[in-house]
Amino acid sequence: MTAAILLWSVTAAQTMLVGAMGCSAYRLIRGPRAQDRVLCLDAMYVSAMLLILTIGIRSGNSLYFEAALIISVLGFASSIALAKFLMRGEVIE
Amino acid sequence: MSRVLPYPLLTAALLLMWLLLTSFSVGQFLLGTVVAMGASRAMAALQPAKPRIRRWQPIPKLLGMVMLDILRSNFAVASLVIRRNRPDRVSGFVIIPIELRDRTGLAILSCIVTSTPGTAWVEYAPDSGVLLLHVLDLVDEAEWVSLIKNHYEAPLMEIFE
Amino acid sequence: MSHAENLPAWAALLTSALVLIGAGLTLLGAIGTLRFRSFFERVHAPTLGTSWGTGSILLASIICFTVLESRPVVQEILIGVFISVTTPVTLMLLARAALYRDRTEGHGDVPPRSVLRRPPTS
Repeated sequence: MTAAILLWSVTAAQTMLVGAMGCSAYRLIRGPRAQDRVLCLDAMYVSAMLLILTIGIRSGNSLYFEAALIISVLGFASSIALAKFLMRGEVIE
Repeated sequence: MSRVLPYPLLTAALLLMWLLLTSFSVGQFLLGTVVAMGASRAMAALQPAKPRIRRWQPIPKLLGMVMLDILRSNFAVASLVIRRNRPDRVSGFVIIPIELRDRTGLAILSCIVTSTPGTAWVEYAPDSGVLLLHVLDLVDEAEWVSLIKNHYEAPLMEIFE
Repeated sequence: MSHAENLPAWAALLTSALVLIGAGLTLLGAIGTLRFRSFFERVHAPTLGTSWGTGSILLASIICFTVLESRPVVQEILIGVFISVTTPVTLMLLARAALYRDRTEGHGDVPPRSVLRRPPTS
């Protein structure tokens, strides 16, 4: 019984996280400005990381943790690089 | 002490991270100690400014208060999202003059303020010590100033200055 | 999902509640990025997912694996520390980039740099 509750709530959580990624992706495509897109890319990789963690809970395999850690490290580096690019990339100094 | 272990806190944190990522055993402990000491020696070559913690007592209280404030503002912002945008909700910039000058303290203050939903650190002028903050639900400006000053700035000044 | 039968009832219920809370907060934050009107309002939205959204899913994972493997599994704390240190850095850098771009393009109603020069008259 409780196993079924856990299965259903993890499924619901995964649906919600995919929905969160969808909302971020919509804002990423719509814009309106470059800083909004970078912000949503940042939000999207956090949701992807959480999705991997819930897959780990679902499968009972703690190896998914490593994948989540790598996603969070690489996501941070990429959003910092993009934010730095916004500071210096477009504007003529 | 300072020759062998230039950054004791960093070394301890690296060792803890090594043990968490591998497993808690004597062999991993020894290997992790070697790696952490090598890394902190490499860090010493970069010569970063060394943060100095003067008092340890206010740290748990500050940590608990930050957790509670973040939880509270999580629910505040979540309810703002659920109820469609109230037409009378104003968001805006708040200007706060702060006395905290320690660089580590300022870095921690900025992390606290930004990771709290509802407030975001926008700009800080080191010469005048004036901070520009963006607040999502700006009802009373003086309330936000006193929140930042009493909840976060006072304990941080106690810790670092 | 065969491992779920090995979980005692309290751990399964706690894990499911925490997972739902975390995913719900993350979803609300993402909806917030759609609903808020300006960039500086949207900056606040993702922090919902990165503060307690991440925190409660990590807590659920800690509880699940600690009970399953009957030894303390706390490596998830590393992700929590990492996310809570790095997200403010990204958001601050983005806010400063947006401020800089708005000021140089004369776009939006951002305060000018001169507000920081003098302490405001109180």
